[in-house]
Amino acid sequence: MTKVHTDKSYDKELDELRAKLLTLGGKVENEIALSMRALAERDSKVAEEVLDADREVNRLEVIVDETCRRLLALRQPAASDLRLITTALKVVVDLERIGDLAVNIAQRAIDLNQSPPLRPVHDLQKLAELCQKQLRAALDSFVDGDAARAETVIKDDDLVDALYHNLFNELLGLMMEDSRNIRRANSLMFVAKHLERLGDHATNVAEMVIYMVRGTDVRHPHSRGLK
Amino acid sequence: MKIEVRGLDAYFRSTHALRSVSLGVPANTVLAIIGPSGCGKSTFVRCINRMHELVPGARQTGQIFVDGKDLHARGVDPVDLRRRVGMVFQRPNPFPTMSIYDNVVAGLRLNGIGGDHAELVEKSLRQAALWDEVKDRLHTSALSLSGGQQQRLCIARALAIGPEVMLMDEPASALDPIATAKIEELIRELRQQLTIVIVTHNMQQAARVSDHTAFFYMGELIEHGETEQIFTNPREPRTEDYVTGKFG
Repeated sequence: MTKVHTDKSYDKELDELRAKLLTLGGKVENEIALSMRALAERDSKVAEEVLDADREVNRLEVIVDETCRRLLALRQPAASDLRLITTALKVVVDLERIGDLAVNIAQRAIDLNQSPPLRPVHDLQKLAELCQKQLRAALDSFVDGDAARAETVIKDDDLVDALYHNLFNELLGLMMEDSRNIRRANSLMFVAKHLERLGDHATNVAEMVIYMVRGTDVRHPHSRGLK
Repeated sequence: MKIEVRGLDAYFRSTHALRSVSLGVPANTVLAIIGPSGCGKSTFVRCINRMHELVPGARQTGQIFVDGKDLHARGVDPVDLRRRVGMVFQRPNPFPTMSIYDNVVAGLRLNGIGGDHAELVEKSLRQAALWDEVKDRLHTSALSLSGGQQQRLCIARALAIGPEVMLMDEPASALDPIATAKIEELIRELRQQLTIVIVTHNMQQAARVSDHTAFFYMGELIEHGETEQIFTNPREPRTEDYVTGKFG
């Protein structure tokens, strides 16, 4: 939308909302990258950085909420403006939850770093990369208002799920092989689960982007028409 | 459809005020007409009760049907039509020298309606949500009422003659928020008995009271749809620009 509002301060406020949400998105991406590095490099100091970074994410979540409430109360937004603001209100929750998942992964990393390393699980890094790609694509689709890209994110969540299930079985195998693996493999299972959840949150963001762009709600297609 | 408009063009001398407007209004619904000043909103509603043609130099082409009957068919009496299609204006316009009671009765007398006027006055004032505020001073001057009460009195006067359609041209724009809320509540209640077309500059008001919204721009009907759709996901870029405040 290149056209500007008659009251230009309204445009400025909406731009600020977009910018805050993107800052938040960037910080969450960084949290995930740090938590996976803490795990891969067995570096608990890096894990501690995630815990610090998450406080900033929480603070930004509150600011985005406030900004949305103020816009709703003072501007009575309509049409695409309304869809942007309601999208921001929902997306911010998903992003903040992703931040929490990064914290959970970082905590698992700290825990795992207390014990000797388990045999490397290749698919875990692959899953992390895929989930980060999904999050990045979801955020890009928001910035560009690109519904087609958001649709790809939704479709690719099946890959995340498939990879997660492989990983689950692999880790289960390690546990059955040697009961001394159970504690560490269990922690890695949690990490995998957190990543899989991250993918779901990225999907939620993508669904809201489609709503924002097209005004159609694509969530829960199979539950439509149920009373 | 209670009201069906087909290919309506309206002119004031050389000014082309409405350009080929077609739309329908189902019975017992509220249609809000929005659009910038000079877009033809008021002209549109004034065509529905044949008030447009009273302006010198005004003319129109196209057809308007109320209950399937062409308003310009032979034998249609415009005075009788205006009894069935009532109108409320921006500024409350009670008869200044008359009491509250007589204001309501005046409409009945002008239309030659007999019967128990006292009962009809009470019924109309109740319908207009004014009865409780005026029942003890029915014979005081209509001008003793507040602006919002005067507007509801005008609605009561219009209701007394038993219209089926009510046209409202900015009925709350001169009122404070509380009086406005009362008019809006009234519109929602009247909808059970009447079909209402309301012209408003206040988009939130259109969003609150109407089932359907029509956006007019420079005499053209740009978009017409369910109110929720118009305000959350308009199809036309010009509607989008108008409802989001990106016009001019």
